Amino acid sequence: MKVTYYPGCTLRTKAKDLDRYARECAAKLGIELCEPETWQCCGGAFTASNDEIATKLSSVRALKAARDADTPLLTVCSACHNVIKRTNIAMQDTDFAAKVNTYMAQDKDFTTPYNGETTVYHYLELLRDVVGFDKIREKVVNPLTGKKVAAYYGCLLLRPGKAMRFDDPENPTIMEDFIRALGAEPVIYPARNECCGGYVALEDGASAEKKSKKVTDSAVNHGADLIVTACPLCRYNLIKNGSKLPVVYFTELLAEALGVKEAE
Amino acid sequence: MADMERKREQILRISGVNPRKCMRCGKCTATCPSYDEMEYHPHEFVYMVETGEIEPLLKSESLYKCLSCMACVERCPRGVEPGKLVEAIRLVAVREKGGDRITANDIPALLDDEMPQQAIVTAFRKYQK
Ligand code: SF4
Ligand code: SF4
Repeated sequence: MKVTYYPGCTLRTKAKDLDRYARECAAKLGIELCEPETWQCCGGAFTASNDEIATKLSSVRALKAARDADTPLLTVCSACHNVIKRTNIAMQDTDFAAKVNTYMAQDKDFTTPYNGETTVYHYLELLRDVVGFDKIREKVVNPLTGKKVAAYYGCLLLRPGKAMRFDDPENPTIMEDFIRALGAEPVIYPARNECCGGYVALEDGASAEKKSKKVTDSAVNHGADLIVTACPLCRYNLIKNGSKLPVVYFTELLAEALGVKEAE
Repeated sequence: MADMERKREQILRISGVNPRKCMRCGKCTATCPSYDEMEYHPHEFVYMVETGEIEPLLKSESLYKCLSCMACVERCPRGVEPGKLVEAIRLVAVREKGGDRITANDIPALLDDEMPQQAIVTAFRKYQK
């Protein structure tokens, strides 16, 4: 299977492991990742206001590139996924799409207007809905037996649930099912879908610290050995604010279980 | 006054939020992770937009305590989406002349070696026009 792959800016710099293991595992699973020659930063945040056009163009260009290549669009970073998925939903509104397409018409390679046709998958959704967790389980060579893993969803993968349609926003199971497929034991803890403090960390470290501590304390109190995340900023906030548990990307865990990591 | 009425209209239009759907249950505020750092809480944002008290909201630090976590949006039983209202008010505030919360010159002092780009680009989207 072929997909258009959108790594995003952070995976090129501070989150190289998230990207590297995503690519290596995809190869192992028979998924061909085609990265467009030119992609632009998604901007990190979706601006909900319906008069914001320019801030959505980079996402629309990536979505359109996937449509023109006749493939789904694959994201890995929670923030990119949130921005691109919500932009795609916004583009299914005819009036909004008409405004955006007017801007886009100035692009050199502009051909057919974009109206939200692309299927957007987060890497975890691709594993669940296309590959199948059963298939993953069959391909595991190093089962992570005995590891107690706390899935940290945070906000961006789940909310707003109406647009993201990732999983039940209040009682998600996708990451726990993923953890089980790798042979580890998922730990359910109350703060798994609460906010780490997000971008406020830039301006107000103390505010982010309070939120992050709530998350890591909750995981510790429920007996976790480690926390997995799909978000570079969540990982940064949890570690920066003194997580007693290691915080790793889900792709690294996958690479370990599939035997891709040790083969490096 | 006319200016504030115009801003109120703008906030309602760009957010798509209808504050009159609110039944003042306070669930949004109860679930907000920044609740204890806010001068005006999510339910008060909704109420004050309804009653036209826009100016204090535009000037409030509470705008920059919101994490855009969308917990209030998800958990409001009436579908009011207070987080979108907060976002619209913040946008109107930073779009004002001199309204930028941060500028590129502020960034180096705020960084550490590990901070991901994601934090910087997101803060720019939220705090600057
Ligand atoms: S949760 Fe919804 S209905 Fe309840 S106070 Fe907040 S905005 Fe109003
Ligand atoms: S979106 Fe903002 S106001 Fe709403 S719960 Fe999150 S931090 Fe609070």
